[in-house]
Amino acid sequence: MTEQGVYKDPTSGEYPEYLIDMLKELTMADGVSGDEKPVRDFIIDQIRDRVDSWHVDNMGNLIAFKKGTGLNRKVMLAAHMDEVGLLITGINENGLLKFKAVGGIETRALVGKRVRIGKERVPGVIGCKPIHLQDAAERKSPVKKSGLTIDIGAKDREQAEQSVAVGDTAAFAYDPVEFGEHKFMAKALDDRVGCVLLMELFKNRYPFDLYGCFTVQEEIGLKGAKAASFAVSPDTAIVLEGTTCYDLTGTSEHMMSTRLGDGPALTVMDRSVISDRGLYKFITQTAEEQGIPWQVKRTISGGTDAGRIQVSGTGVRVCTIAVPCRYIHTPVSVMDKRDFFHALKLAEATLAGLNNWLRETYQNQSGGESNV
Amino acid sequence: MFDTIKKLVNAFGPSGCEKQVAEVITQMIKDKVDEIYTDAMGNLIAVKKGSGKKIMLAAHMDEIGLIVSYIDEKGFLRFGTVGGVSPLIALGQRVVFENGTTGVVWYEENLENMKDAKPDKMYIDIAAKSRDEAMKMVNVGDMAVFAGEPVEQNGRVISKALDDRVGCAILAELAMKRPETDNEIYYVFTTQEEVGLRGARTAAFGIMPDLALAIDVTRTGDTPSCTHRPVVLGEGPAVKVKDSSVIAHPRIRDRLVDCAKENGIPYQLEVLERGGTDAGSIHITAGGIPTGAVSIPSRFIHCPAEMIDLNDAENTVRLLEAFVKAR
Repeated sequence: MTEQGVYKDPTSGEYPEYLIDMLKELTMADGVSGDEKPVRDFIIDQIRDRVDSWHVDNMGNLIAFKKGTGLNRKVMLAAHMDEVGLLITGINENGLLKFKAVGGIETRALVGKRVRIGKERVPGVIGCKPIHLQDAAERKSPVKKSGLTIDIGAKDREQAEQSVAVGDTAAFAYDPVEFGEHKFMAKALDDRVGCVLLMELFKNRYPFDLYGCFTVQEEIGLKGAKAASFAVSPDTAIVLEGTTCYDLTGTSEHMMSTRLGDGPALTVMDRSVISDRGLYKFITQTAEEQGIPWQVKRTISGGTDAGRIQVSGTGVRVCTIAVPCRYIHTPVSVMDKRDFFHALKLAEATLAGLNNWLRETYQNQSGGESNV
Repeated sequence: MFDTIKKLVNAFGPSGCEKQVAEVITQMIKDKVDEIYTDAMGNLIAVKKGSGKKIMLAAHMDEIGLIVSYIDEKGFLRFGTVGGVSPLIALGQRVVFENGTTGVVWYEENLENMKDAKPDKMYIDIAAKSRDEAMKMVNVGDMAVFAGEPVEQNGRVISKALDDRVGCAILAELAMKRPETDNEIYYVFTTQEEVGLRGARTAAFGIMPDLALAIDVTRTGDTPSCTHRPVVLGEGPAVKVKDSSVIAHPRIRDRLVDCAKENGIPYQLEVLERGGTDAGSIHITAGGIPTGAVSIPSRFIHCPAEMIDLNDAENTVRLLEAFVKAR
C-alpha cells in the first residue's frame, strides 16, 4: 500500500498525527441522525480529489466511487455519518426546551451536559434540580427524560424562538482531547472513526471497483445503508464502525464486549447480522499474517449497517471491523489511538489481499458456488 | 421419509453455518433437478425448468444454536444464543460443535433464582482443563447445536432440528418425484431464518417468483393444559392463514385448500399468534410476491426433542405436488 510506509509501529506510540487531527475536526462537526449535512460537507471536501466521482442520494447518503484496475467486482465500504443526539420537540413558556432522544441514549448520561442546537450551534445545558433541593425520594429515584429540559439562557418562549425552532437537532458540545496513555476522548467517535478510516482508504486505487458509502440514520435503525446498498448492489461489503467497549472493574471477562487497546474488533454475530464466515476468516488470517492485533466482539448485542447491507438485493458478503469505544452513546467516548491505527492497517491489508479472495470466492457470475 | 429426515437432522447447521445441510441436500436431489447453485447468503437453490409460472418453495436449513463468545482461563466457554433458544431448556443439555467437540450446558450455581439463569450466567463445559486446551478444540465465534439421534416411534419422529429439516426433507422428496408440470419450480433451501428470515429475502429477490410458499413447522395446541391453538399433530398439513410475519395471500390459501379437497388430503387451517416464517420476508420482496405457507404440525419446537408426525410430512408432499401442478 502506498501510504503504509509512513506508519511507525502504533504500539510504540507513533501515529500519523494528521489522521488524529482529521478525527478531531470530524467529531467537532455535528450530525445527529437525519441532520448529517455538516459532516457530509466536511467529508466531501476531503475526498473529492481522491475519488473518481461522488453523489448524495435522496436520503443523504454520500456515495463515492473509485474505478478498479481490473477485476469486475464491486466492494462497498460503509461508515455512518450520523451520531446520537437530541431533537427539540417543544419550547416551554419559560424558554426551556423540551426534547426527545435520537438514537440510543441513556437518560442518566444527560443531566448537566452541554449541547449545541441547530445550524447556528446555539449553546445550551441540560438542567436539573440541584441536589440540595431534592427530597430523599428524588435522590433515590432515577431521573426521567420527560422531566429534563435544555436551558439556552432565554428568558421566555419568545426569546428562545429567535434562536431555535422545534425540529432542530442538538448535539453534545464537547471538544476532543488526547490524554493518558494513547487515549483519545471525543463525542461521536461512533462512527466518525469509521468515516476517517474510509476517507483514508480512498487514497489507494484497487483492482476492484470501490464504493465508499458514508451513510445516514444508522443510529435510528440502519436506514441509510438500506438505500445505499440497494443502489450500489455490491458483491462484498466491509463496515467500519465504532463499537461498544466495557472493560472496567465490576464486569466479568465474558461480558466485556471488547477491551480497549487489544486491537480492532471483528463481529461474528450481533443482533443485526451473522458475518460471512469466509470473509471473517480471510480478515482474521490477514491480521495474523501481518501481526496486527485483533479481537472478537464477545457479546452479540447491538447492530450495524452490515445487517441491512447483507440482505439487500441478492445478498452481500459482509463483515465489520470496529474500533472499541468506551462510554459509547454518551457525550464523551474514549478510544485507544493504537486500536484506531491498527484498524486502519487491518483494513488496508484486507483490501490489499481482497482481490485474491474475491477471485476464489466468486468462481461464477451467480456469486456462489455452483454444483451442476 | 424418515430416512430423508434422519440424514437432514443429523447435519450440523446453525444459522450462518448451513453448508453441511446444503451438501446433504445437494447429494440427494442434484440428479433430479435441472440446475442447482448457492447464492451469496448461502441459500441452496434447485430449479426444475419449465415455461409456466415461477413457483418458489422455501424451507430453511438453519437450526437454532449457541455461539461461543469467550473462553475463560479454566477452559469454560461463555456463549450467546443463535435464534430462539430458551436458557432453561438449554440447561443440562448436550451440545455439539461442527468438528464433533461435545459440551454440556450448565449455570453459575450461586444463582438465587432460576429466572436469572440467562445465557450470561451460563457456560459450556467441553471437558477442557485450561484455556489452551479449550482453544485447540473451539474458537470464539464457533457455534454449537443440540445433540441427539432422531427416533421414530408410532409413526412419529422425535429429534432436534425438525424445525425446519422436516421442511427440507419434504422439498427434497418432492424434487426427487419430479412432479410433471409446465411450471418452473424453485426448491429453495434458505439460510438464517432463525435470526430474522434473512436468507429467504435475498433468494426471493434473485428469483423474482410469480408466487411462493414457505414450508415450516408450526406449534400445536393438543398437549396437556397448553396454550389454545387450532392445530393438532397428525391431522394433516396446516394451511397458514396468518402468523406475526405474514398474512397469507388469500388466493394462495384458497388454492391450497382446493388442492387438499380435490385430492382427499387431510388439512387444517393455521392461525399462529406468535412466530414467523420465511413467508414474512418473501411476500414483501421487490414489488410484492403472492405468498402463502404450509406448516407441519410440531410439538416442542426449539427444544432438543421436537416431535412431528410422518403422516403430516407425507401429506405435505402430496399437497405441494398438487399445488405445483395446478394451473
